Amino acid sequence: MPRDIGRAEVRRLLTEGAQLVEVLPAEEYKADHLPGAISIPLKHIDPDGVAGLDKDRPVIVYCWDTT
Amino acid sequence: MSPRAAWRLETLGFKDVSDYGDGKLDWMSAGLPMEGTNAERPRAAEVARKDVPTCRLNERLGDVRERAAAQGWEAAVVVNEERIVLGLLRGKELAGDAAQTIEAAMRPGPSTFRPYLAIAEMARFMTEHKLESSPITTSDGRLVGLLLKDDAVRVADEFHRSHGGEEKGC
Repeated sequence: MPRDIGRAEVRRLLTEGAQLVEVLPAEEYKADHLPGAISIPLKHIDPDGVAGLDKDRPVIVYCWDTT
Repeated sequence: MSPRAAWRLETLGFKDVSDYGDGKLDWMSAGLPMEGTNAERPRAAEVARKDVPTCRLNERLGDVRERAAAQGWEAAVVVNEERIVLGLLRGKELAGDAAQTIEAAMRPGPSTFRPYLAIAEMARFMTEHKLESSPITTSDGRLVGLLLKDDAVRVADEFHRSHGGEEKGC
């Protein structure tokens, strides 16, 4: 089950090698994204779209917000 | 959007998936560094006033007007319980019949703009279209704040001067 995490936990996981994925449309990623994030828009989260991710390392996803 | 992505990743075999639910807005609002074409430019989300009064459709205009005035505002944003923008009350609308409901008095479906837009771009657009204020919302319509044209022009011009003419407000 995915965990909902906050900013501090994001920073901690990144120092431990987590993969950071922005799932917003590509043009929104191009304008602004978190340092080190890669772009995989939600509609591309499929076997081909995530082929570049390592399944053995933690993954963090984000968009603008979900509140 | 990101919760769906997180669940989808699990179905694809990823065993350690986390969702940063507060997302890019939270990161930006904390003043942490960003990358991308807008990284060094002031953006709409940073300049928008987060303290803009909000109200609901079924409130009375007179009550909202009083509340806004008490906070020094001549505008209010109409939102639902999820803070989705439904309408806008600028000075003209707020000056209407106090007994009206907000639903009857508001300007429905105002144009909204995304948080990541460069402030110079917003300043130009708002000046050209004579917009005194514009709601800034997330891509799913949730209110971030109200951007005032005067703020946008001032910040864009300050950035322009401090960066040797790299960017011009209007």
